Amino acid sequence: MITKLAWKNTWFKPLNTTLSIILLTASVAIITVLILLQKQFEEKFSSNADGIDLVLGAQGSPLQLILSSVYQVDAPTGNIDYQEAKKWMMNPFVKTAIPLAFGDNYHGFKIVGTTTGYMEKYAAKVVSGKAFDKDFEVVVGSEVAKKLNLKTGDKFFGSHGDAEEGEVHEEHAYHIVGVLSETGKVIDNLILSNIQSVWAMHDSHEHGEAEMHDHEGHDHNHEGHEHDHDHAEADHHHDAVVISEEGKEITAVLLKFRNKMGIVTWPRMIPQNTKMQAASPAIEINRLFTLFGVGLQALQYLAYGIMLISGISIFIALYNTLKERKYEFALLRVNGATRFQLLYLVVIESLILCVLGYLSGTIVGRVALLFISGSSEEEFKMTFNPFEFVWEKEGFLFLLTIFVGVLAAVIPAVKAYKLNISKTLANA
Amino acid sequence: MIATKNITFSYGKEASFAFPDISCSDGDTMLITGGSGKGKTTLLHLLGGLLRPQAGEILVNNTDIGILSEKKLDHFRGKNIGLVLQQSYFIASLSVLENVELASWLASGKQRTEKAKLLLQHLDLENHVHKLPSQLSIGQQQRVSIARALINEPKVLLADEPTSSLDDENAFKVADLLDNLAKEYRSALVIVTHDSRLKQRFTNQITLS
Repeated sequence: MITKLAWKNTWFKPLNTTLSIILLTASVAIITVLILLQKQFEEKFSSNADGIDLVLGAQGSPLQLILSSVYQVDAPTGNIDYQEAKKWMMNPFVKTAIPLAFGDNYHGFKIVGTTTGYMEKYAAKVVSGKAFDKDFEVVVGSEVAKKLNLKTGDKFFGSHGDAEEGEVHEEHAYHIVGVLSETGKVIDNLILSNIQSVWAMHDSHEHGEAEMHDHEGHDHNHEGHEHDHDHAEADHHHDAVVISEEGKEITAVLLKFRNKMGIVTWPRMIPQNTKMQAASPAIEINRLFTLFGVGLQALQYLAYGIMLISGISIFIALYNTLKERKYEFALLRVNGATRFQLLYLVVIESLILCVLGYLSGTIVGRVALLFISGSSEEEFKMTFNPFEFVWEKEGFLFLLTIFVGVLAAVIPAVKAYKLNISKTLANA
Repeated sequence: MIATKNITFSYGKEASFAFPDISCSDGDTMLITGGSGKGKTTLLHLLGGLLRPQAGEILVNNTDIGILSEKKLDHFRGKNIGLVLQQSYFIASLSVLENVELASWLASGKQRTEKAKLLLQHLDLENHVHKLPSQLSIGQQQRVSIARALINEPKVLLADEPTSSLDDENAFKVADLLDNLAKEYRSALVIVTHDSRLKQRFTNQITLS
């Protein structure tokens, strides 16, 4: 009954109530988004870097090298000589070495020349068809297959570079021989071939420079691969061509060490002796999070500030109405309510606001994350799951909200508790 | 029934009161009159258990309410004492019916909805039960507060200047109503007033001086 009364009182002043709830919603929503973003972001970053001790690549920004080669979000730092890289890949310290060669894209999805070791590293299985083997055979990640509606047996032409609008390599069609299982990692958004395919594509690219300005098929779509069928067929002789490794370049090598000494010594040793660098994903990502952290922290402070303001707003609302409601309180006492019931009433009113604010904040935060996820997917091929609950942190947030509510109610509640009914009614 | 014995009360040093003994049995009506500053409201609050006397006894149904603990007194008040005030106060966010129900819940832990409806009907308020108190006229509000005071069938019904804001016609109506209801519910009715219209109406009077 007291709770019902508190509920009715809450909605008797809809404007005050709405203001308090909006403020709470804003702060809870911001904090919820931050909690989910941070957790899922860190999870994504660390799961993708799992099992990569160092990345070997061209000199430049180590962060850029990590972002481009591990997370596929930035432009590569440049190319490295394959034969030189191979010397390091063969080193006995190294357990596994996965070479990566970036070249083309298809509708914005990167085509990466690598070995099947890359699939193994991300535990991606071939769900239909087989792994790539010959030149121009590719397997597509689950997300690519879904988005572009690709299946085993399809053929397509890649565009040069990482821009969707790049020149189309019309002389060779890629042939899809397999589709990969879903992993929730970067590999879902990649098209994989062997390294030779990338080299072969760009060898002929250089020969056929004159043809490149032919705009036909520039923005070719799914039907595109059908009408070029015989054209692709004619290119089959390329499969047989053995491409010499001499002077060939790749983009980066993902290294996993057998001997942990390498992790420590190579980042120093490699730039001293070669034109390459070795960067540690763990260190670089840590650096990135520290950079991010400043921004996240600022947002977090902002959100807590809003929560403080909402607490003050609840306090003012309760305190102001106390003056006009003291007769109500005196009346309740006359009718048999105890002091404690009045205290309880005021606290419950505050808590109703807090619980409502928390619930709507949680929902609004998740809706916001849904939108963030939509735009981050377009830009970075990275999605966030708004339906995940981080119980520990969100539970803490709930307790914090409740605490703010109790704190805001303390003074008004004690005033109600101490109300002198006789005096109140006599002065009426 | 309600009876007092040698009760005194003081607000600090300046204003101290010694009240004459009063006694009012079930179904009877007693009028307490007196000029301003003579302690009319103070006496009413003492009788209603809103204040505690410095000395003396206040017996409501043979219970000395002066020595009850705070919590017991709250409970006792809700159950046995009905209070009608000069100005009617309500829980603004609750409807007329809910206000009356709340009084029964606070006293007994039960919401006697049917009884509240009957009582409101009895007081010609059946068309207003779902309105907010603020939507009623002063006279109607007065009757709602009477209904609220009576919902628990109190042993004592106390009225503080119940007619001072009413015109002659309504003043007599309310006086009759209180008198009749007190008889009907076997409550002792104590009215505190300086309204001369009521002095003509009720014979059992005590004047504070």
